[in-house]
Amino acid sequence: MAKKLNMRKRYELLTRGLGWEPTYQSKEKVFSNESYEGIKITDWSKWEDPFRLTIDAYWKYQAEKDKKLYAVMDSFAQNNAHLNLADATYVNALKLFIQGVTPLEYQAHRGFARLARQFSGEGAQIACQMQSLDELRHTQTQIHTISHYNKHFNGMHDPFHMHDRVWYLSVPKSYFDDAKSAGPFEFITSVSFAFEYLLTNLLFVPFMSGAAFNGDMATVTFGFSAQSDESRHMTLGLELIKFLLEQHEDNIPIVQGWIDKHFWRAYRVLALVSAMQDYMLPESPMSWKEAWEIYFVENAGALFNDLARYGLRMPKYHEQATAEAEHLSHQVWGTLYNYAHAASMHFWLPDEKKMDWLSEKYPNTFDKYYRPRYEMWAQMAKEGKRFQNGGLPQLCQVCQVPMLFTEVSKDDPMQISYRSSEFNGEKFHTCSDGCKDIFDHEPEKYVHAWLPVHQIFQGNCGGAAIPDILNWYHFKPEDGGDYAGSADETRWKAMHGETTGAASSDTESAEEKAAA
Amino acid sequence: MSLNIAAKEVKPLRTNFGYTARRVGENKPASRYQEAVYDIQPTCNFHYPPSWEPDKMLFDASRTAIVMQDWYSFTDPRQYYYTTYVAARAKQQEVMDSNFELIEKRNLLQGVPAAVLQQIREVLIPLRHLEYGANMNNQDICDRGYGTTITSLASFNGFDRIGMAQYLSRIALLLDENEETTLLAAKTAWLDAPVWQPLRHAMEDTFVLDDWFEIMVAQNIVLDGLIYPLVYERFIPALTAQGGGTFLMLTQFMNEWYGETVRWTNQLMKVTAAESPANAELLSAWTSQWVARLEQAVLPLAQLAFGENAAAQQVAEVKQELLARLAKQGIKV
Ligand SMILES: [Fe+2]
Ligand SMILES: [Fe+2]
Ligand SMILES: [Zn+2]
Repeated sequence: MAKKLNMRKRYELLTRGLGWEPTYQSKEKVFSNESYEGIKITDWSKWEDPFRLTIDAYWKYQAEKDKKLYAVMDSFAQNNAHLNLADATYVNALKLFIQGVTPLEYQAHRGFARLARQFSGEGAQIACQMQSLDELRHTQTQIHTISHYNKHFNGMHDPFHMHDRVWYLSVPKSYFDDAKSAGPFEFITSVSFAFEYLLTNLLFVPFMSGAAFNGDMATVTFGFSAQSDESRHMTLGLELIKFLLEQHEDNIPIVQGWIDKHFWRAYRVLALVSAMQDYMLPESPMSWKEAWEIYFVENAGALFNDLARYGLRMPKYHEQATAEAEHLSHQVWGTLYNYAHAASMHFWLPDEKKMDWLSEKYPNTFDKYYRPRYEMWAQMAKEGKRFQNGGLPQLCQVCQVPMLFTEVSKDDPMQISYRSSEFNGEKFHTCSDGCKDIFDHEPEKYVHAWLPVHQIFQGNCGGAAIPDILNWYHFKPEDGGDYAGSADETRWKAMHGETTGAASSDTESAEEKAAA
Repeated sequence: MSLNIAAKEVKPLRTNFGYTARRVGENKPASRYQEAVYDIQPTCNFHYPPSWEPDKMLFDASRTAIVMQDWYSFTDPRQYYYTTYVAARAKQQEVMDSNFELIEKRNLLQGVPAAVLQQIREVLIPLRHLEYGANMNNQDICDRGYGTTITSLASFNGFDRIGMAQYLSRIALLLDENEETTLLAAKTAWLDAPVWQPLRHAMEDTFVLDDWFEIMVAQNIVLDGLIYPLVYERFIPALTAQGGGTFLMLTQFMNEWYGETVRWTNQLMKVTAAESPANAELLSAWTSQWVARLEQAVLPLAQLAFGENAAAQQVAEVKQELLARLAKQGIKV
């Protein structure tokens, strides 16, 4: 009788000794990226694979998951289930998702392939390669899910072209380029730990619970299907951090520095998500501030209590992020509203019902600072003087968000916060102490940033006039601007049998035709 | 009748994403494969130079000497994107599972002559390390390559290699009733036995190649083009006559895998060579260089598998098959 093997032992034997030990070429040459960041790995074999998922089991589980997912997608499309959404304004969240998030999934796919080549220990190597494949899955299932929406709504028709060019998409793109241009250990700290472990729920809740609250079952399905992969990615992130800290004490300050940096970088990307969460969702599962308190203040607080024994502390400037939670979404949404004419999604002023909800969720700030602003803009719009910013904003050299954040932690929430640094005799502007620190630590990196506004001024974006630039972005006239009066709104009404003056003739009801 | 329903606007606004419409036409629907792969890789306006290669951009077509007007000229004849890929492999693994189960349950290894088992231990099991190296090369192509139709296949290909390394490990465990004797011996042989050293050396030399397309040729065209036919089309079937027919079942995956892989590697070579005489020349130079190196490197393995006398003939035949196959794709050596 063969001896029985438990799962752990069996997995260990299947991959036993596979890690490559070069002797004909030097280890430094074969795994050329493993040491230049200063991380010291004394023994890769101490890496314990947390999943123990064999390749054949992976094929089997993932194929089963995808079979279910594509069945939902197909029936969603066949039944035109987009008609069941709470409201078409919700679709703008999907526009942000396919333009801003899906291309990052792709970047993660390629980035983890790099780690799968560069890590010499087979445990971490295989985990990274699995994640690389998962991230390709996320890219492609998101494309396929949103493909149906693209057929019925505007603004989603060229997401990958847009991601490489559009001003507000340089916020997520530069964040990922930042991680991807770094060494492999910084990359994984950024993506797997700072983003996927620490902040993942702050992305997941707005988009996926948001979808559930607004009748978008297709997105809910891909979200939850991806979530089972994400739990593997989160484990990888946490295990890797612990592994690095246990391998050598010299790794601790390096890792802490990366956590500080990528926490702040990722948090600034989430500023866009906060605005979507509080303003775009017709039905909102919770406010940004509530989500921040549960998923960051409580959960991350507990996590860092655990990590203290490894010598880690909470990321720098986390208190500032917590203080900003009262203001963040309102400041970002206000700015987006000002630039709605240059976006491939719609923005709008919150209606009375939404403002009451915001007052309730933000009792300390909304009525005091932001409601009056919206009321004024509403008045202006009514008078035919819709407020919009005709100029181009100044962008933060690091996070690339327009300068819109304020001195919240200095108790001066109406004062825009500006920081600046000098490098090689030139001045560079940042939005916060967090971004300034990041710049000052690696100025030679951040001077390279492809800042959309600078690029426009330099004539690299299709021309000098706004229409030329929008054309270069592949934006169409119907993609942006206010929601009210948009082609999306007209169609949404037509989808529900309501016709408006602007509706095309083929949507006129048969009754009307008969009557005529 | 249902006038209200007729009144509702359900006609799509457009057929396609812009990025697929530019390739298949505005009013022609794109397949899921096309949506999943065409032009989804970033191409421009990168923010920072990679710290690991500061003179290049994050995604950069100049990491190979191959030049393509359009890096999406090649598409996969199997049309694999993630879902179709895992679905295909899930079916194959089911077959493999039942093969392993049957052999275990019926004790089918018991009747196999000791000499055959010894051959399996020495020739087949160390190949798990070769598969691991092949995986490293394919992850490298996925990382540094250009164009999703190519890089995503490298990702799948690498994943398959780990899968096959694990199948080989399972065979070793089956031979040893779950002891790790053969696994350990195979590793020692791989590292030290003269028979494996030329291969291991060649493999390490592929790891440090700068040009990812050369890695593609050395690994996925030439090395696989020699190893797979030798081992899975010749060595394993030959064991049947000696009472080792069960190993056909235990390596069914590898055999089918290679037949399937050749479909896309042929297409890739064909499209790349057809692009320009310069590409065709480069491909044939790489091919002849790696064929010369690797036919020598696989010879000791062939001797172990087929005996001193037959080995050279076997290698010469698979080499001819490979060159004939490549000639059909426009690569003359
Ligand atoms: Fe993902
Ligand atoms: Fe992930
Ligand atoms: Zn900033």
